[in-house]
Amino acid sequence: MPGQAAELVFDEATKQYAGRPEPAVDRLSLTVPAGEICVLVGPSGGGKTTALKLVNRLIALTSGDIRIDGRSILVQDVTALRRGIGYVIQQVGLFPHMTVEANIGTVPRLYGRPRSWIRARSQELLELVGLDPSYAKRYPAQLSGGERQRVGLARALAADPPLMLMDEPFGAIDPIVRARLQDEFLRLQQEVRKTVVFVTHDVDEAIKVGDRIAILRQGGRLAQYDTPEAILEQPADEFVAQFVGADRALKALALRTLDQLELRPVADGPRAPATTTLRDALSLLMTEHAESLVVLDGDGRALGSLTRDDLLR
Amino acid sequence: MTALLAGGPVIPSFGHGSSCELNNGWLCTEWLHGHWGDTLQPALIQHLELSAIAIGIGFVLAFALALVGFRARVLDPPIGVAADFLYTIPSLALFQLLVPITGLTRTTVEIALVSYTLLILYRNMIEGLRGVPADAIESARGSGFTRTQTFLRVELPLALPAIFAGLRIATVSTVSIATVAAFVIPEGLGRPIFIALEQDVFKTEILSAGALAVALALCADALLVLLQRVLTPWSRLERRA
Repeated sequence: MPGQAAELVFDEATKQYAGRPEPAVDRLSLTVPAGEICVLVGPSGGGKTTALKLVNRLIALTSGDIRIDGRSILVQDVTALRRGIGYVIQQVGLFPHMTVEANIGTVPRLYGRPRSWIRARSQELLELVGLDPSYAKRYPAQLSGGERQRVGLARALAADPPLMLMDEPFGAIDPIVRARLQDEFLRLQQEVRKTVVFVTHDVDEAIKVGDRIAILRQGGRLAQYDTPEAILEQPADEFVAQFVGADRALKALALRTLDQLELRPVADGPRAPATTTLRDALSLLMTEHAESLVVLDGDGRALGSLTRDDLLR
Repeated sequence: MTALLAGGPVIPSFGHGSSCELNNGWLCTEWLHGHWGDTLQPALIQHLELSAIAIGIGFVLAFALALVGFRARVLDPPIGVAADFLYTIPSLALFQLLVPITGLTRTTVEIALVSYTLLILYRNMIEGLRGVPADAIESARGSGFTRTQTFLRVELPLALPAIFAGLRIATVSTVSIATVAAFVIPEGLGRPIFIALEQDVFKTEILSAGALAVALALCADALLVLLQRVLTPWSRLERRA
């Protein structure tokens, strides 16, 4: 079975459907370094889901190439290729006739793993995605939407694939549960360090989960590929600026935390932990009508202070 | 009394037996006791055989057709229409058509019975296979299932509830239609009913044979329900969800 993380390269990847005036994905070239999350985001018609499905060949490339760890997807047996790629979709696609354990064991079973191995692995994965191991014997109909998506994630991770494809995985989940799943997904990623391609239409989600963001525009053309900070601070053009929103400066503040700034000597003001985002810190200053705040370490000791201007610099 | 008839042809003792039998009562227990062994039990067993063979062959045939109609969508309408057509022919008319070719044999009866199962079984199989959620199929393919694996591990199991629904209807209706087999061959629960009709409508025999046919249908249906519960434990949860 696979393991570790793989580098993913789109090389002039193009999908042109017959009878359509413009391609769905147009000469897409980008590299996702091993172990990073690349978010494909853009308006509908931007070809983000198409680009994702080109990778596991659910949609066939018209021209160009895609390489996983330097190996073209075109020279690999298609079922072997797919077994080596974790796949998570919005509707989850759990098999309703199988228990959670059997669902998680889907790909390991294709690899011929024995039942005992699958049982142990599903217990381990349930714990990893934050579900009680007693869920193993339940059927999907007995789970909530959020729980199903967690099982979907566990299933995709079961064979320890070096690459994960996630197609709007949290799209059908209510905002509160979605935020929690995003947080847990990021925590999980710290542990498993997979290369992930993540499709969403939600810019905020892209900024939150992405190590890098690829913004696709109508006709499947890449508008910008960069870190969230760079995209918010230097949008490549008017389209990107508009797509990320007029509040992009505020979004950029949400990406940085107090401990990334240089502190002044301790002064008066409201107190905030060092892990607070600049956006929340600014909000705190505004509600408290204060000019500066005190930054605390994990044990509640004052580390120093920051002024309003420090936050906005 | 019944001893007088032992070994003889299966003739109702209407007119020869107890007062109940002489008065053509609705349920003469003496007659039932006397003729369970020589009339009702053999008829019941024959009826079971006729029905089981028809449903078995019908199931295999419908499944093969459904595989074709499911994979090659263009072939679904013609297969459906052919099954529709077979279903609309009245059973007595179909016997008339078949007897010159296959004679007064079990084959004639089975051809007719099988034809009536095809429509219900085929339609339910196709509906069941088409009704499999697209997301389950997509994740199967995305996980690296081959086409055959997708069919055997995802599509077929998920179509089972619909297939069972069809099987239950086909079973009950076949058990019912099989009584008409007695027009062609002296077998099944239709046989005692026809004889009783010829014998000035002997009520006990008609009632008991009819009741056995109903009981057989209900038992077969109950067995199928049980089998489905064992094979698709998830389907009741789905409906509740």
